[in-house]
Amino acid sequence: MNIMTEKALESAVSDKMSGTPNEIIKMRGNKVGVFYGEKQALFDVDLDVRENQVTALIGPSGCGKSTFLRCLNRMNDTIDSARVTGKITLDNEDIYDKNIDVVELRARVGMVFQKPNPFPKSIYENVAYGPRIHGLAKKKSDMDHVVETSLKKAGLFNEVKDRLLEPGTGLSGGQQQRLCIARAIAVSPEVILMDEPCSALDPIATARVEELIDELRQNYTIVIVTHSMQQAARVSQRTAMFHLGYLVEEGATDKMFTNPDDKRTQDYITGRFG
Amino acid sequence: MSLMLVFALVFVIGAVAFFIGRQRAAAHDNGKVKPHSRAHYHGWWAFLLATLPALLLLAIWSIGSSVYLNSHINGQLPAQTAESAIASRTLAASLTKSLANGLRKLEPEAANNLPATFTELQPMLAARGVALAPDTQDYMIPIAVDANRTQDTMQLIGGVLVLALAVAGAVFGLSKIKVRARARNNVERLILWGLLGASTIAILTTVGIVLSMLFQSINFFERVPFFSFFFGTVWDPRFAAAGAGESAGQFGLIPLLAGTLYIALVAMLVAVPVGLMSAVYMAEYASPKVRAVVKPALELLAGIPTIVYGIFALVTLGPFLRDLSAALAGGTSFIQAQSILTAGLVMGVMLIPVVSSLSDDIITAVPRAMRDGSLGLGATRSETIRKVILPAALPGIVGAILLTASRAIGETMIVVLAAGVAANLTLNPFEAMTTITVKIVNQLTGDLEFNSPQTLVAFALGITLFFLTLIMNIFALYIVRKYREQYE
Amino acid sequence: MTDISMDTVAGAVPRPRRDIGLKRRYAAERRFRIYGMLAISVGLIFLAIMLFSIVSKGYTAFWQTTVSLPINFDEKILDPDNKRATDPSVLISANYPKLAENALVAKLGINPDDKVTIRKLKGFLSDGARTQLRDVVAADPSVIGTTRNVDILAAANLDSAFKGQIDLNVDEARRKVSDQQVIWMKQLTTDGSMAERFNTGLFTFGASSRPETSGMGVAIIGSFYMMVIVLLLALPIGVAASIYLEEFAKKGRLTDLIEVNINNLAAVPSIVFGLLGLSVFINFLGLPRSAAFVGGLVLTLMTLPTIIIATRAALAAVPPSIRSAALGLGASKMQMVFQHILPLAAPGILTGTIIGLARALGETAPLLLIGMVAFVANYPTTPFEPATALPVQIYMWANEAERAFVERMSGAIIILLIFLMAMNITAIVLRRRFERRW
Repeated sequence: MNIMTEKALESAVSDKMSGTPNEIIKMRGNKVGVFYGEKQALFDVDLDVRENQVTALIGPSGCGKSTFLRCLNRMNDTIDSARVTGKITLDNEDIYDKNIDVVELRARVGMVFQKPNPFPKSIYENVAYGPRIHGLAKKKSDMDHVVETSLKKAGLFNEVKDRLLEPGTGLSGGQQQRLCIARAIAVSPEVILMDEPCSALDPIATARVEELIDELRQNYTIVIVTHSMQQAARVSQRTAMFHLGYLVEEGATDKMFTNPDDKRTQDYITGRFG
Repeated sequence: MSLMLVFALVFVIGAVAFFIGRQRAAAHDNGKVKPHSRAHYHGWWAFLLATLPALLLLAIWSIGSSVYLNSHINGQLPAQTAESAIASRTLAASLTKSLANGLRKLEPEAANNLPATFTELQPMLAARGVALAPDTQDYMIPIAVDANRTQDTMQLIGGVLVLALAVAGAVFGLSKIKVRARARNNVERLILWGLLGASTIAILTTVGIVLSMLFQSINFFERVPFFSFFFGTVWDPRFAAAGAGESAGQFGLIPLLAGTLYIALVAMLVAVPVGLMSAVYMAEYASPKVRAVVKPALELLAGIPTIVYGIFALVTLGPFLRDLSAALAGGTSFIQAQSILTAGLVMGVMLIPVVSSLSDDIITAVPRAMRDGSLGLGATRSETIRKVILPAALPGIVGAILLTASRAIGETMIVVLAAGVAANLTLNPFEAMTTITVKIVNQLTGDLEFNSPQTLVAFALGITLFFLTLIMNIFALYIVRKYREQYE
Repeated sequence: MTDISMDTVAGAVPRPRRDIGLKRRYAAERRFRIYGMLAISVGLIFLAIMLFSIVSKGYTAFWQTTVSLPINFDEKILDPDNKRATDPSVLISANYPKLAENALVAKLGINPDDKVTIRKLKGFLSDGARTQLRDVVAADPSVIGTTRNVDILAAANLDSAFKGQIDLNVDEARRKVSDQQVIWMKQLTTDGSMAERFNTGLFTFGASSRPETSGMGVAIIGSFYMMVIVLLLALPIGVAASIYLEEFAKKGRLTDLIEVNINNLAAVPSIVFGLLGLSVFINFLGLPRSAAFVGGLVLTLMTLPTIIIATRAALAAVPPSIRSAALGLGASKMQMVFQHILPLAAPGILTGTIIGLARALGETAPLLLIGMVAFVANYPTTPFEPATALPVQIYMWANEAERAFVERMSGAIIILLIFLMAMNITAIVLRRRFERRW
């Protein structure tokens, strides 16, 4: 375990040394642990998230990957019994520091959930919700612009441009999930967290969302939890493997899928468990 | 034979049938053929066959004989009574009935040589603790004696018939016992019918409510025109002394309806914001410790009977507001002790826990994903509540408010004690107004003379109230159900 | 691991903060929170004020002022013609108040011939002394001719004065006790014969026009009868109906109709049930007016929906696995329900029943309509005799003008609330204890 994390860190260090613009560390977790009441769900996770890359978190059910993801924008705060230890930084600032405001943090680190959860409002209002609460668009025309570009970035605009005032809940599952992505983009976050965004979608809708993730990488840093090996291989540049609350291995996706260091990773990827 | 005795005997017969049946069934089990049902099911089947038909007959016989007795007494009342106003005829019948009941308390020898006049009879009855109305007439005595005799005969015949049926049922049930007989299925089918019967009581109750009030209301509308009830603006029923002939009162619903709605409105203005905010706070903010204390306290508030609220309004809050207004206005109080404001305020407080528990259910039914979606975008808790949760819960909350409003409209004790009895039409919340429920209570307490419009109007008011709340309830329940289905 | 600084990472520079109106939004957040706390406080403060107002008015009702007097059961007064052996009615209508008055006159040291002073004694002792002394004689006729100490009830006004509820500084003409009576009161208080004792009469007396001799005895019995009737009828019928609807009913018109009816009946104003009782049970079926039996029937119909809704929830909470397990072993559906589901649902059913009973116990309006606002002085021996109920008794006392009745009324409310709270707390505790997560 220790060896693994050290390896991971070594690679992080080497990335840092190389200093290419693509290798900027956007978020960093240091010895992150999570307790739900008495029960510890995550143990000493050290993991870096690089800017403008897609980092995939994989592992069998209950391995702690979603728990870790929810730490990155402090969604665990909403669970009464949850407690987070260790340190997580965003642009070198500790996000659990008392000077950091959770509302502001979540405006910078947006989230897309497992099941599409559009609000029971119109499509327009769904996208406009974030900018509106944060006061990001002062005028109606600004807001129209934000909504339109967000929907465009999410690849949904052409499908819904004639029915922006219809309820978001009336869209198909895949469209709803892209609406939720548009809703997250509209706040112009720096990082987007995605918690199994395709698990409730059919293969065609999944493919559409995966394409979208790849496009979004140009402008955003993305962390995605996924159950599907193929999806991790298709969309991510870095992959982190979790097991039983521990980070098993982390590295470039190509390497992880061809030549993993840890036997558990290999077993999982080849489908022996999970 | 008294009802109780017959009842007990039927059960004895049933118990005997049960034991014989169980024993017989057990004896049949010779180990060669597997019995279909266990022995006690045979026993129960025999028990049910013995008791159920007999008890059914007993019930029918009792009701039938009391109806027969009534018409028997009515038929024997002298002609001059029969011709006069219907009220005094029913009065005479009821006097005769209480006289007959009273005679049953006399010693046998006294009952055998009764005096012919009521003046002689009255002290005898009084000595046995029977108080009778002084306008009982002499001619009623023989009728009462005859009625008692008829009743005894009917009871005897009925008792014998019922017991015979019980024995027959038991014998029939016992004769059916065989190894492969499906006693368990029979028993279970009967139980199922019993269960179904129990659940139809709800329908019967509703039918009972509607029919009983409908009959009396039709009776009322034969005396008072439909239009002048529903659109009349004056309520002045003029309680006339019994038998004083036609006393034309005015029965206008409008002032009562206006009072009912006005007080309910004031109550809702208090209850909805306070109850809703309490529910929101409890569901979204309160720490588990606070919740552990406040929730039971709110339940306690909901458990206090409305009469206590009413008395608080009458004894404490009403006088306090009156004195306060007197102090403010320098002498003359502009708030009456019984006022719309007092009644509405207290009723509003009474409804706080109603609103808050209904909306608590509704708010917690909003899926967590909705909350997370908003929080994940960086909304504060209150923004999430105001802009996502409450709009999402809106239909459910509207339903809850409607249900609460229906409670406010039907609430009785608070308004009886705090709102006043004067049927005013006013907009001033500091004055007294009265409500439909207050008038129902007013018209039906004290000495009743049925069949007078003054009494019957209560049923017309009742049916108005029933349909008013029925519509609100059904609409509200429909909305709430649709709302829940949406998130299931 | 230690050689890597976790504090800084190359290239990651904090971006300039966007203005997202945090200050304003947190102010709104705080305001919203405060509204919530205010709302809850309104409910709780009102609860506190109401309880305080009732308790402060009512706790004195549990004590009653009595005067301990050596009563001489004088044969000359009770039975001057010595006919009691042949005519027992002599002892019923004897002049008992005279006995009490004589004893009081002797105690206060008033000249027995001073008629003017003696007249001022009027209204010092309760008229209830008549029944009190009659009961003593009836219980033990040999007391006649002897002297015995009896605690005679003081009249209501004296009781109020003794408890300090009457402002004695007010002009004599404008208060209900005279100066002379106050002097006597002080005299009797110093020698210890006038004192407050626990008010058993509050629990045992029936209706009376005098506050000091009225109590909730009849109401307690009436309420008890009604609770028993509700329990015996509503629980089995409610459970049976719930079992049918939850376990056997097929989706269909009839089931829908029943469900709509139950849900609606739960929300029908209680007074409508009173109208139903009056017109069906009393007018149509000819059951007696003012009787606890009819009250019990009406309250049963009113309570049924509550019990059914609670029972169905309890039945539905039993997981399907238990059902499959029982059916899989060859139990019939009826056996499964009665042997497996019902025992598991029992705590929930019990909780619902207690809450339903508590509601029925506090219900007033329907009972007014079936004539339970009645002046009943004697205990009903069966549920078919006239009786009142606790909340109705409270209502009747609320309509009395005298302040002593307000005291009794508040005392009665305290008792009713203690009953209700005991029931509700039992229900809450039961729910907590047996709350099972499947």
